[in-house]
Amino acid sequence: MSEPLTLFDKLWAAHEIVRRDDGEALLWVDRHYVHEGSFNAFSQIKARGARVAEPSLTFGVADHYVPTRGPRRAITNPDIARVVRTLEENTSEHNITLFGLDDPRQGIVHVVGPEQGLTLPGLLVVCGDSHTSTHGALGAYAFGIGASEVAHVLMAQTLWQRKPKRMRVTVKGRLAAGITAKDVVLAVIASIGADGATGHAIEFSGSAIRALSMEGRLTLCNMSIEAGARSGMIVPDETTLAYVKGRPYSPKGTAFERAVEAWSTLTTDDGAEFDREVEFNAADIAPIVTWGTSPQDALPIDASVPDPAREPDAARAKYLCEALDYMGLMPGTKLTNIAIDRIFIGSCTNARIEDLRAAAAILAGRVSKVPGLVSPGSSAVKRQAEEEGLDRIFRDAGLEWGESGCSMCVGINGDVVAPGERCASTTNRNFRGRQGPGARTHLMSPAMVAAAAVTGTLTDMRPLLAGRKV
Amino acid sequence: MEKFIRLTATACPLDVANLNTDQLLPARFLKLPRSAGLGTALLHDLRFNTAGRERPDFPLNRSAWREASIIVGARNFGCGSSRESAVYALYDYGIRCVIAPSFGDIFAGNAAQNGLLTAIVADNEAATLIRLLGEQPTRRLTVDLEQQTIQCGNETFRFAIDAVRRTRLLNGWDDVALTESYTDKIAAFKAADRARRPWATPAKPE
Repeated sequence: MSEPLTLFDKLWAAHEIVRRDDGEALLWVDRHYVHEGSFNAFSQIKARGARVAEPSLTFGVADHYVPTRGPRRAITNPDIARVVRTLEENTSEHNITLFGLDDPRQGIVHVVGPEQGLTLPGLLVVCGDSHTSTHGALGAYAFGIGASEVAHVLMAQTLWQRKPKRMRVTVKGRLAAGITAKDVVLAVIASIGADGATGHAIEFSGSAIRALSMEGRLTLCNMSIEAGARSGMIVPDETTLAYVKGRPYSPKGTAFERAVEAWSTLTTDDGAEFDREVEFNAADIAPIVTWGTSPQDALPIDASVPDPAREPDAARAKYLCEALDYMGLMPGTKLTNIAIDRIFIGSCTNARIEDLRAAAAILAGRVSKVPGLVSPGSSAVKRQAEEEGLDRIFRDAGLEWGESGCSMCVGINGDVVAPGERCASTTNRNFRGRQGPGARTHLMSPAMVAAAAVTGTLTDMRPLLAGRKV
Repeated sequence: MEKFIRLTATACPLDVANLNTDQLLPARFLKLPRSAGLGTALLHDLRFNTAGRERPDFPLNRSAWREASIIVGARNFGCGSSRESAVYALYDYGIRCVIAPSFGDIFAGNAAQNGLLTAIVADNEAATLIRLLGEQPTRRLTVDLEQQTIQCGNETFRFAIDAVRRTRLLNGWDDVALTESYTDKIAAFKAADRARRPWATPAKPE
């Protein structure tokens, strides 16, 4: 009998062209996404006088630099305008399909890939963006790469990699009402640390993961990188197939049936070995928010921020002091006493239709005490939200209904949180200055951000949901 | 790519765990082309205050470490965003080696593509190096990639690095030239794979 294998082992083996004695393998790349930030890679291939080897397997999306407020073509910063134009020129020159600024399929690359049926189970997916781990939610091996690797994929449709170790994160039991994938992933990161999965490919499993919708799974895998793992993945199941079927680029008719048959082998065999295993009980997971400057600085909403004076480890105490100082927080403050200045709902982590519905369920008929921006994950999500009247709910609450892009998650396009301002955000990184120089970010789920908007402080969303339809 | 064999230089301690690539190169500098030189933007918001003045207490702003070619960092150095420009910023500033207990996976890969050595030492050894540099800031370290050693005064520390990346750095090789010798194997794989996994090719949208 053959050795039991993990999902990751199978995905790796299916893409290995050659493995050298030194352990590095040349892998075939099925899908490659590029965005405005890929200009460094295109410069590299230009310098070599090279061409794109497989233009039909690379797709371009304008997301990182594009405006998300006001008219989309009115880019005042000349450097940003040039970078957006460069993507258009590079994709056109190399015959790469572009979901550009004026395309109805435009959106954030990690929302658009699955939405268009480009990301499928069993594929190897790369993009010059660390949140490429998102696509693993469909049972793909997906990871972020740097500009030199992007150039290599463009030129050879392959990549040299050393096989990472295997780690399984199991979440058993059932999540309580209102607890989301964002809470799960923040709980995992808080427990294992921002480098807890470095050098590993994560497989998420267990009944609580199985019960997640595809969009929840995308949120979960998205933040694998915040635990140090370049990739996170979930074994494809009925939820996956139902999601994939009928999307523009996914297989049709008998081709789909053949694919489903092939995908049915994408499981982790009983007895397959992992290099590391961690386990969580779903019932222990409460709504979680971050208080500090790393996603690992996350606590349940009923907790208080740490007090460095009570920390026995000197290095840890120093870290806590610096993080609290940057965040403008007094030691021991109750999280629910932290007042916010602004909210942001958006990003590849939490701006899909279910995320917008969850936020709207809290905000309906209520007014936000602080200003804020809602930026849908894609132009398609935007249209759907408008059909459902969600935009009306956000606008009536006093929030701005914007366009799709990376927006205030990374602030490249100029949509930033002002210095010293505190933002409740559905994004993925609370790093110093991430949302703009001096910005203070608290990460949480869309419903928790909506609750913070309603009360003006970090808040448990559960009481605000009482009696409402979700 | 420039080779890395041996380097003797001053070393700046940066005792910050999880020093992510957003710190190494803040996002607003990403739109600049590499040709602009990204060295001045390295660690910008930690080196400079909001008025654009140097923060005198930041290690890289101290006279002894201003010209450093080595950084001794803390664990999970370079985590976060995949931006290769973070490596460009270090390199353009003049940094050729970062010593730390661990690195972000994507950052370490990007470094190896650009001639920047990421040398892994144990937690306590990084702490010792940081202490020794604090006591005598002008001290020069010698980093020897062939021997995988760091010489600091009379003390020698061994460091780890992926064997393939070591070879690549010692020779100044890049992957593209290497891959060209596998062109036939790639073509054979592609042909067999198209038959084996026809569904892996994007369908034509209706």
